[in-house]
Formats: sequence, C-alpha cells, structure tokens
Amino acid sequence: MEMTGSQTVGPFLHIGLAGLYRDNLLTSGLEGEPVVIEGRLLDGDGEVVPDGMVEIWQANSHGRYADPLDTRQLPLEAGFRGFGRVATDANGRFRFTTVKPGRVPGQDGKLQAPHILVSVFMRGLIKRLATRIYFPDGEGHADDPVLNLVPAERRATLIAHRVAGSDALLEWNIVVQAGAHGYDETVFFDV
Amino acid sequence: MAEIAQYRRPAPNTQPEYRCESYMSTHKRSPSHPLILMPQTLSEVTGPVFGLNDIQAGDNDLLRQHSGDPLGERIVVSGRVTDDRGRPLAHSLIEIWQANAAGRYLHKNDQHNAPLDPNFTGGGRTLTDADGCYRFTTIKPGAYPWRNHFNAWRPAHIHFSLFGPAFATRLVTQMYFPGDPLLDFDPIYLSIPDEKARQRLISRFDWDNTVPDHALGFRFDIVLRGRDATPMEA
Repeated sequence: MEMTGSQTVGPFLHIGLAGLYRDNLLTSGLEGEPVVIEGRLLDGDGEVVPDGMVEIWQANSHGRYADPLDTRQLPLEAGFRGFGRVATDANGRFRFTTVKPGRVPGQDGKLQAPHILVSVFMRGLIKRLATRIYFPDGEGHADDPVLNLVPAERRATLIAHRVAGSDALLEWNIVVQAGAHGYDETVFFDV
Repeated sequence: MAEIAQYRRPAPNTQPEYRCESYMSTHKRSPSHPLILMPQTLSEVTGPVFGLNDIQAGDNDLLRQHSGDPLGERIVVSGRVTDDRGRPLAHSLIEIWQANAAGRYLHKNDQHNAPLDPNFTGGGRTLTDADGCYRFTTIKPGAYPWRNHFNAWRPAHIHFSLFGPAFATRLVTQMYFPGDPLLDFDPIYLSIPDEKARQRLISRFDWDNTVPDHALGFRFDIVLRGRDATPMEA
C-alpha cells in the first residue's frame, strides 16, 4: 500500500486545529530550566506568514519522551506531554513556553544535543516542513549526529539565540525560503 | 540501544514537491535548498499521545454543534487508517475541517460572498478505534473560488490532519469527492504527480455506510508511513 499524499492545510486551518493549540508545556512539578522560545515565520519575500501553524515535540529535562514507546527508565512527570501547537499571529509570530529538554540518544546510542522537533504548516505549503531547535549554550553540538549532517555555514539557522536582558527568552525564526531579504533559509530535514 | 527501525519513505512521485508551478502560493513558501536527509532517532519515532481527554463526545458529528440543523447534503465519511503494510493504527487522532454547503468557511479571512450557515462550524475530531476505523457525520462541502488564477475553483474537499504513532508519521491531506469535474483543473490536487496516488485522495461512494432516509456514505481510507517492528531496547 502506498502512503496517502500530502496536501496543504490551506488558510482556514484554525477551524479544525485550534482545539489543540497549546503554547505552554509547563505543568506543576515539571523539572528543568524554563525557556520561552519565540520567533517569526517568514516567506521568500521576507514577508511574515500570518496564516501558518507551528508544532513542537520534545523530551522532558531528563531526556524522556511522554510516549510509551520510550521505555527507558527515566523520570517522567505526570501531566507532561511534550507537544505544543500554535498558530502564527498577524505578525507571523509564534511563542512557546517550555523547559529545555534533556539529551536523548541518537542512532548509534550516543547522546544527541538537546533539541526540540518542529513541524511547520501554512497555506501555500503542500507538505509539512520538519526542522529542529537547538540551544545557544552549545551543549553537545560538536558531537550531535544531526547537526553534523548540516553544512557548517547553515547550522546557525537551527540554534536559538538568547535575548539580551532575559535568562529564559530565546529567539528562533523560521525562514522558509532564502531571497532578496537576506535572511538565511532555515535548514529543513527529510525525516 | 539497538538500532532504531526506520519509517519507510514514500515511493517516487506519490507525494507533491514543495514547489508546484501552477500553485502560485508555493513559489515563495517552498524551501530553495533540498531537504537534508537524516536517520530517524528516538525523537522522530516517538510522538504525542492523544486520548479520550482530548476529544468530547459528539466531536465527530458536525451536524450537532448548534441548536439547529445545518443546510446541505448530509454525509457519513468513514474509513480506516493503516500503515503501508495494512496494519491498523488504533486510537489515533484525526482532526478535520471544511467549508459549509455553500462553499464558505466560518473564518474571518474567508471573503467569499456565499452565505454562512449559523448551524455549521465545520470542525471535527475523533480517535480511530481498535481496528483503525473512524467515522464523521457532516454535510457535503461546496466548491469555492480562490485567487490562484482566473476563475479558479477548489473542488469540494475536507481537510484531514493525522498524527499516527510518531513525529515521522505526521500527515495533513484533503479528501475529495468522486466525479467532481473541478479535480482536473485543481493545482493542489494535481500537485501529486502520480495519477494513481492522486486518485487515492478521492473518496468512494459507500452504500454500506449510507443511512436510509438520512445521509449518503463516503469512504476514505488513509495510509501513513510504516516501519518494520523492532522493539526498542532500554
């Protein structure tokens, strides 16, 4: 059997998808370093995308996923789900409040750098774009098997920036397409 | 940790390319660099788990979200969600959204001058059962114009969003109706190069789920990526 083909979410995705909008992954008793990640979704003209949607998937601070498939003996706080979804606003902005995830193993069993998985959807995008957010402290970046697949000059698009004057606020933008605007195109993965 | 079994990738031409010449909005909303192929890690083979707490009774009945009955042709849309080896995906979340019978979405950005229906919102969700089966009751959406090119009309469709078991299996698609003359002219439908793959987005008329004196049945089966079952080790 062949997999069903992908189609765009179109401009009216909120009608079906707003029920699961979750911009705050914190739950009472959740351990770890709180972070707020915010950014803008930009198209090939450098215009903001006001009709997009961003989803995230991440482990907790112990590197454990809230999925029964992750059977490792690591703490998992009750109520932590690791999933977030927001629509971009009129200025193309999105924002998540969460904790920095712990390290999880890669294919070879070695630990990956802390990262959050991201799915991007919008009108004019015919299938999901998948990318990752890495953290500005650089923990584990040098040995990360996925970062190392990316040409060195493009890796910065995957790393959030610390916003001056705040401990918790990180900026991370999604640039769908390079262009005259001069922003570097975000690295997207074929997962 | 053992090597992680990988979700299979789709056959050539069965999925659209990001840039579709005839679908104008893709021109500035598609990456210019090729995607970077990566092996799936624990991060990509896990995914959010949804359950009964995420839905409410009646969320799969779009006819009963208001005090009155929506206008239009009542339909039952049902089918099965499986992986590419036919294994059912049980207890998996499906979200849908659609225009009303006149081809108008209940959305501030929809400027089409067809009437809104005070008894129709157009959003629904459900979980598949143990056999991967789902069922929605709704009205048949109308076709509507869009700005892609002169006299452009979208064929009637229902948007479907599915998670499956993993980040890697996430899929958003659209279900179409058999015999719709607009399909041959729709850049979004035609974005899938392979004709047979395209046609799998068209539901089939379904006598078995046609409810006497009430609603016509349409069947739409959905196939997500699968992988060989290899137990994950601690």
